[in-house]
Amino acid sequence: MILKIRHSQAAIKQLRLLFAAIGLMFCSFAAQALTQAQALAISVGENDDRVAALTQALATPDPALSRLIDALLDDTAKVVSGKVLIVTSDKTTDAATGQETTAPDNAEDIVNNNRLRRELESAKAALGLFSDNVETRTAAITELRASADEKKLPLIDRALAQESDVALQARLQQLRAAMLIASSDRNKRLEAATALASSSQPTVKSLLQGRLAAGVETDPEVRAALTTALRNIESRLAWGERLGVVFSGLSLGSILFLVALGLAICYGLMGVINMAHGELMMIGAYATYVVQNAFRQHFPAAFDYYILAAIPVAFAVSALVGAALERTVIRWLYGRPLETLLATWGISLMLIQLMRTIFGAQNVPVENPSWLSGGWEVLSNLTLPYNRIAIVFFAFMVLILVYVLINKTRLGLFVRGVTQNRTMASCMGVNTARIDMYAFALGSGIAGLAGCALSQIGNVGPDLGQGYIVDSFMVVVLGGVGQLAGTVYAGLGLGVLNKLLEGWTGAVLAKIIVLVFIVVFIQRRPQGIFALKGRSAES
Amino acid sequence: MNSQPLLSKSGRIIVCVAIALLLAVTPFLPDFYVTLLGKIMCFAICALAMDLIWGYTGILSLGHGLFFALGGYAMGMYLMRQIGRDGVYKNDLPDFMVFLDWKELPWHWTGSEYFVWALFLTVAVPGLLAFLFGYFAFRSRIKGVYFSIITQALTFAAMLLFFRNETGFGGNNGFTDFKRILDIPIATPSMRITLCVITGLTLIAFYLVAKYIVQSKYGRVLQAIRDAESRVLFTGYNTLWYKLSIWTISAMMCGVAGALYVPQVGIINPGEMSPAASIEIAIWAAVGGRATLIGPIIGAFFVNGAKSWFTVAFPEFWLYFLGALFIAVTLFLPQGIMGLVRKLSGARQGSEK
Repeated sequence: MILKIRHSQAAIKQLRLLFAAIGLMFCSFAAQALTQAQALAISVGENDDRVAALTQALATPDPALSRLIDALLDDTAKVVSGKVLIVTSDKTTDAATGQETTAPDNAEDIVNNNRLRRELESAKAALGLFSDNVETRTAAITELRASADEKKLPLIDRALAQESDVALQARLQQLRAAMLIASSDRNKRLEAATALASSSQPTVKSLLQGRLAAGVETDPEVRAALTTALRNIESRLAWGERLGVVFSGLSLGSILFLVALGLAICYGLMGVINMAHGELMMIGAYATYVVQNAFRQHFPAAFDYYILAAIPVAFAVSALVGAALERTVIRWLYGRPLETLLATWGISLMLIQLMRTIFGAQNVPVENPSWLSGGWEVLSNLTLPYNRIAIVFFAFMVLILVYVLINKTRLGLFVRGVTQNRTMASCMGVNTARIDMYAFALGSGIAGLAGCALSQIGNVGPDLGQGYIVDSFMVVVLGGVGQLAGTVYAGLGLGVLNKLLEGWTGAVLAKIIVLVFIVVFIQRRPQGIFALKGRSAES
Repeated sequence: MNSQPLLSKSGRIIVCVAIALLLAVTPFLPDFYVTLLGKIMCFAICALAMDLIWGYTGILSLGHGLFFALGGYAMGMYLMRQIGRDGVYKNDLPDFMVFLDWKELPWHWTGSEYFVWALFLTVAVPGLLAFLFGYFAFRSRIKGVYFSIITQALTFAAMLLFFRNETGFGGNNGFTDFKRILDIPIATPSMRITLCVITGLTLIAFYLVAKYIVQSKYGRVLQAIRDAESRVLFTGYNTLWYKLSIWTISAMMCGVAGALYVPQVGIINPGEMSPAASIEIAIWAAVGGRATLIGPIIGAFFVNGAKSWFTVAFPEFWLYFLGALFIAVTLFLPQGIMGLVRKLSGARQGSEK
């Protein structure tokens, strides 16, 4: 039974299509496409008359009209003795008939002012509705949405009759409603308001708001219908916005804990706040850039997978730099955390300047691989970019690896031992100096991974690290040291909190509120969310 | 208790010579050097303030740039009002407010036309902020690196706030184009010399105040806190009020330095609040030698002198030099230049014996 109905529906659709096609053919024969006179009326005369002629010609779309509009927009159309010619560098054609001719010397250029250009652009978009290409049609609908007016209604009706794609049909219906909403006919407006209630487009929302503004829509019944439609759309859009905020919070949070993870390991182990941590991230990002360039030059075929090679390279380079810093500078400053802070700041200044010397002060371009560009459209007003989704996953992968490393391996056991009680660990035969170096290299390597991730969503430049460093310190302060969980909860918590507040108060006030929150929070728990308990907690 | 005189005999002579030199030489310096000298002496006040809190109490602040800038902004508001109708828009309001289409002064500009009020704000605003922030921070026993990081976040947040136009302090561009101070034109050589001399006298006065603080019983408790805070606590001192008071005094000194800085340099903008600017104050103190009072002043002169030479001669090497200075001083010269001098003179005395 159901099958049968579907069958008949499909048959009706096919029939409709067939009729539409015949109708169109009939039209084009009957109206004789674009006439010489029409072409002339569109091209010369008063602006108002030209627009009227254009609108009239649009009622019977054909390839000649589309060619003429393109030529007018490109300034390649000329007028001579009652004929419109399209003059390109290699040939000259008659706009109406399409036959090749020669351009006389007295051919005059056609001048289009901005208003006419707008009209021509919108006419071009309207013609796009009849393209064979689905994407062109989609683009045309989007274009027309921006300049919806009632005059193009016949065109939309015709396109609607012809459209085979169900999704595009629905969008055309909405476009039609958007045009009708300003109609002079009350019933049409009412119908349009009801039709628009099923939309979930932000543009429709602003359209309805515009109609509901004082003095625009006077009929009470239509106003009521508009209000209902607006409320429906708003509740639908609100979900998209809420999810969007949560996702961007999650995205920021995962970056923050990725950055803070390495910082927290070093701080927990050695009591060293590494001010050069941001610059180790920057090195990771530049390593990604170098790998990208190497792939582009030597293996262009595998360019899409450069990021897979860049991840270990970024880790290795940053880890090596970190290990070198530990050996040459930080090792000699044990027990003087404040001096270490200043020394690492000095290191960060030198690293920034070093990158400026090598790569220049400008940002360098790092491209997303094709499988990371674009996004997943969950709702009409909520698109999750693939690169951000990938970073969230990446951050959790790194977290799992670090968790395993710290909790399940021998090295991790030593690291935990030294974190809890350095002297005792040393007495038990742990080579604390070596563990320090490994841990510092690990922390720096994770910074490199964070830099590699950041290169996919932001600019890569010498100042990359500076932007995140204060936030990641806050994560460490809030999370406490010695346990990964603190860093993770603090990172995600601060990320989501920041984005939620941003929606309310704007980015700057959000940051300040978060800072105040942290200072107040520390009043209650000076050691962070997850403080180590027992003797090890005493400073 | 405090039987030791504030200055030894040679100390008194040095201070007198410094004042005499300041008064005698400044008028004959070229314009450029007058401004440079005035600027560096403002920085030296900051370094002195940093020394009180870091060198003598063991608390590293990475937010002193904020107090400096707040003092500067307090003075800047007054200087903006002094422009009067001579701005680009010929309006009573400062130019940036006309540009933002504001019709009247925001509430926090009330009274900004009075010089005395500006002077009051110069110390009151940094002092109050430092008091509130310090009270909460010290009460919960935030110390060491944690405290440094939180102060850095504080100045960072303030910078973001001042970058906004809505805050009412000129946003990105801050305050500039000053015309007059106390109705006297500001961009004249004589005014420059006057301001420079005032700055120098302030520096010497602050040096004496710092010397007094450090030699008093209060100063000794501060040093005890630096060396072993828990022991001081167990001896029965409430370290909160000691730390809080020196922290607030230090912030107010920075505020005064900022107020002296702005009329001489002719601009104040949120860049002064960047974390980097605050860390630089710490390095001035470290280079000169912490826990000595003359050291930070020497450090400020040395680093800023090097900066103005480098940024002209080899601009691209300045950051390398500054970075290397940070590392070298912490690694090899924990006592700074003063420590080096002491070691050298000690070695000579040793060899003579």
